[in-house]
Amino acid sequence: MTMKRTRAFGAALAFASACAVSLSAMAQASDAAAEIEKYRQALADGNPAELWEARGEAMWHEARGPNKVSFDKCDLGLGAGVVNGAYAQLPRYFADAGQVMDLETRLIHCMTKLQGVSVADAHKTLFGGPGQRSDIEALVAYVTSQSQGVVMNVSLADPAMKKMYAMGEKIFFFRGGPHDFACATCHGEEGKRIRLQDLPDLTHKSGAQKAYTTWPAYRVSQGELRTMQWRLNDCFRQQRFPDLVFGSPASIALTTYLAYNANGAAYAGPALKR
Amino acid sequence: MDDIVAMRRKVMRQGAGLTLFALVAAAGWLKPTSAFAAAWNKSAFDAHSMDETMKALNGPAPATSKDVTFVATPDIAENGAVVPVSVVSALPKTESIAILIEKNPNMLAAVFDIPAGTEASVTTRVKMAQTSNVYALVKADGKYYVASKEIKVTLGGCGG
Amino acid sequence: MPDPMKIRANLLGDSTEVKVLMSHEMETGQRKDAQGKIIPAWFIQTVDVTCAGKPVLSAQWGPAVSKNPFLSFKFKGGAKGDKVVVTWVDNRGEKRSDEATIA
Repeated sequence: MTMKRTRAFGAALAFASACAVSLSAMAQASDAAAEIEKYRQALADGNPAELWEARGEAMWHEARGPNKVSFDKCDLGLGAGVVNGAYAQLPRYFADAGQVMDLETRLIHCMTKLQGVSVADAHKTLFGGPGQRSDIEALVAYVTSQSQGVVMNVSLADPAMKKMYAMGEKIFFFRGGPHDFACATCHGEEGKRIRLQDLPDLTHKSGAQKAYTTWPAYRVSQGELRTMQWRLNDCFRQQRFPDLVFGSPASIALTTYLAYNANGAAYAGPALKR
Repeated sequence: MDDIVAMRRKVMRQGAGLTLFALVAAAGWLKPTSAFAAAWNKSAFDAHSMDETMKALNGPAPATSKDVTFVATPDIAENGAVVPVSVVSALPKTESIAILIEKNPNMLAAVFDIPAGTEASVTTRVKMAQTSNVYALVKADGKYYVASKEIKVTLGGCGG
Repeated sequence: MPDPMKIRANLLGDSTEVKVLMSHEMETGQRKDAQGKIIPAWFIQTVDVTCAGKPVLSAQWGPAVSKNPFLSFKFKGGAKGDKVVVTWVDNRGEKRSDEATIA
């Protein structure tokens, strides 16, 4: 072969082997994805979240706080004590509170206003950990389990809800912090992932549905049941944003944005995540 | 650490099953079934390394058996803290099924005593410190058998 | 008082399938706290399951069993209405016993 042809041949060979390598890498990546899906399926039966659900259910019917009132008197939007399907319609505007609330802020509201628990006590252990229990997490697990299979149906009819949605959307795209990250940086496009974790595109229906309907979840890496407020707080931490205050308007606004985007899908939680 | 690994590899390749032979020191765990509070076999669960288990040599070497299988046990665990493992033994008169994880600080994870009338299959979830071989060690009709499977772990499951 | 387990016992043909979810930290004793001190091992050591009083499974566990352990197995000879009792004892001597009726 002439020098020219050898070089061209060499280049073609290199190109072909690069393609082969990247094709095999892609094949490996999709094999890995299939095996991980098998892993998730194997864990679906016997979700430790059920332990939180059982605790939450017991708590729901217990007379609690200085006023000795049970959550059977707590209105999650469908009437006092009505739990079935309530989560699929949250967040919503509550006239008795004069604001839009998500499930967690509504539970705190019932604790403080109905049960007489102090605001400080109600916020004492929001996220469980070694040696500490979170009542909120158990209650959320129970209430959300009662919306399993119910189609997400958040309404923006109320002007306060429209405002919250708009604010949530704005926050979602707001870039800040030392990395100049927005939620959208990781969750604003199809096909993104961090290592082996696929990142749902929360700006489009199918991504938002898949993500929102699977929180709260038993988070294996934490060994705890984690809620939406926790998830948002942890995102802010990962973005190196300031601490997202529990139950803040910003957290409710983001939840409203995500929940409404998930409308039309059947709620599937409490779920299980790595 | 490297010598132990090299030694393991050498033994495995030889197929002598010496290391597994040693594991079966844990054979001492099998006591006549009593309904409650069977004494917990500390030495079996404390064995840290292949060396220690080899020292506690106590029973016949397990034979590799195709009748001991892992079912619905994924090849990859997203988080080593929770790895689903299901073992089925098709061997007649299966008395016990144990799960061992090669690269864990202590290899023995769990032992299940199977009384007559109970199916020789168990499902549970174990922690894996890192990608490792997982062994299913079965005692059937007084003899020991083993099967193994490699499970890849993307995030180690014992650390804080 | 340790948290209750979730037990499901279902008759499938002539086999009863038992699935148990236990609430337990299953601390390995390998981890360190924020101050660098070892968090002591705390884990279920023995599990015993009976059906209508007769042992159908017993197990010895080490701390490598996952937190909030899950266990599933099948046995013959159970009938609808029989009581399946699961008992665990941990290394602190704490004990928990729960039951379910075969459905």
